[in-house]
Amino acid sequence: MANNEANHNKHIISSDDVVHVAALARLELSEDEVELFTSQLGVVLDYATVISAVDTTDVTPCSHPLPLQNVLRADEPKPGLNRQDVLAQAPLVEDGRFRVPPILGGVP
Amino acid sequence: MTAAASKSRPILPSGWEMVVGLEVHCELRTQTKLFCSCKNIFGDEPNTNICPVCLGLPGSLPVLNSHAVELAMLVGFALHCEIRPSIFHRKNYFYPDMPKDYQITQYDEPINVNGYLELSDGTRVRIERAHLEEDTGKTIHVGELGASGRIHQAQWSCVDYNRAGVPLLEIVSMPDIRSALQARAYVSELRGILLATNSSDAKMEEGSLRVDANVSVRRVRDQDESSADGELGTRCEIKNLNSLRSLVRAIDYEATRQVALLESAQEVVSQTRHWIEDEGKTLSLRSKEEAFDYRYFPEPDLLPLAPGLDWQKEVVSDLPPMPQERRDALANLVKEALGDDASLKDQVALLVELGLDTLATEAISSGADPRIVINRLSNEAPADHQAACRLDPKNFTALVVMEKNEQLTPTQAKAVLVEMLKSEDEPLKIAQRLGFETLGDQDLSAVVLQVVAEHQVEWSRYVQGEQQIAQFLVGQVMKLTKGRADGAKVVRELNKLGASENIEK
Repeated sequence: MANNEANHNKHIISSDDVVHVAALARLELSEDEVELFTSQLGVVLDYATVISAVDTTDVTPCSHPLPLQNVLRADEPKPGLNRQDVLAQAPLVEDGRFRVPPILGGVP
Repeated sequence: MTAAASKSRPILPSGWEMVVGLEVHCELRTQTKLFCSCKNIFGDEPNTNICPVCLGLPGSLPVLNSHAVELAMLVGFALHCEIRPSIFHRKNYFYPDMPKDYQITQYDEPINVNGYLELSDGTRVRIERAHLEEDTGKTIHVGELGASGRIHQAQWSCVDYNRAGVPLLEIVSMPDIRSALQARAYVSELRGILLATNSSDAKMEEGSLRVDANVSVRRVRDQDESSADGELGTRCEIKNLNSLRSLVRAIDYEATRQVALLESAQEVVSQTRHWIEDEGKTLSLRSKEEAFDYRYFPEPDLLPLAPGLDWQKEVVSDLPPMPQERRDALANLVKEALGDDASLKDQVALLVELGLDTLATEAISSGADPRIVINRLSNEAPADHQAACRLDPKNFTALVVMEKNEQLTPTQAKAVLVEMLKSEDEPLKIAQRLGFETLGDQDLSAVVLQVVAEHQVEWSRYVQGEQQIAQFLVGQVMKLTKGRADGAKVVRELNKLGASENIEK
């Protein structure tokens, strides 16, 4: 996070960070909530920094806790879901497609 | 601006050069999607190839498709990449084309790195990476169309998830390209490699090959030499390039736009721009999402991928000859017979592009005349090159031999070949069916004599050495024989006759 260096004595997440992350997650937070979550997330992140005290100089980074790799399947088709059943779950459907609200910011 | 025009003169004012890097997305030719067993097929009814995994339903888990990994490695080998142990990441963003709200992709540890692609002009374009990722669904925007055909105010969108989860290979070049034509050559050559390895349909018009271009400009340091490793200017990424023609036009437009900005003391703003084909320009989208923050993190549902050497060896043993190698092979074969002939270079390249080089090689090796082989295959066969690829080499060789032996005139041979592409009959049978009886030499001599008799004025001019008049006389013979005469033979007959008259004088 951006304020990591500057505020290492305080929490490592600022209210600006929380507002930014909330916007990315499409969450609308009140000012009180921003304040509350900033302090709660700060506690969580501070706790996580305890781990960084461990010396990992000679440890290979691991992206997964399981001692497995190359878990693959054969390239053979299998039937999926029935279209009617799936579309029946959607609020709006048009011509066999999911109908969704207009996309903000134009056509990508 | 046409390609020919851009070839003949520089696009940018002197002192400037463009710097281009390309990101090519190609759909891999697998039976199933990257992380589930739904069919990977173009053109099915919307939302008929979907399952809990590609719909991102809770509790579903992705499992990697082994054939997609093999194809990724195959292309990697063809591009001289290092194959590396890799992992998958989640790229998070809200957009209805991905029902999970993230795309699974490879981020900082991709499967292929540090390769290169060599263009026919000798330029080596470095490949930074070629990584696996899943394709998104297809969105149709419904709303008012603006004058440009673009939707200004979409009222709603409709989504088809058949394509969501289809395996993609994203091939990212370094900024080593210096012109739009070079960019086109790069994409063509890459497409040739994808087709040769049978790893993708690579059809730009169907979207199985998609290209984004990163374009920037800079001042050339030395007037003659382009600066190889100088600082790069601010770049713009151009999307929505649906054809090679769009690619060339968009890059030229964008580089010109940037130079105009810089020359009038303005700045280039780093942004994503869309190519608007109808208007011939790029436009900024000014989306609120412009400041991307994808919050990549390792996909916890997938395990690391580390293809062992045995598997890699197995895959590399499937690597067929690449287009450049095939062009060289055919060109050498032709060169042995015909010597250096620059005019044949384009035809050889075309045959390799169409996959007709094997047929040409077989025909030439079994004694068919190389020039006729190349001409027939590059002129008549492209009309239906898939049928041409299925031609029986023996039948094709027989046709070329008939033309060489003057059993068929070139015009007749072309007509027979067109028929051969429709049926599997032997050329002799087709020639008989079309009524292409060979005009006997005696019959031909008789017709030539008749023409000479009927056109005495022209004939005497010809005999006195006016070579151009030969065309007229040949034309008269063709008229009388309804095209059955062989033009070259007629000229020989005329020369013979002329020589004997000169001796008599």
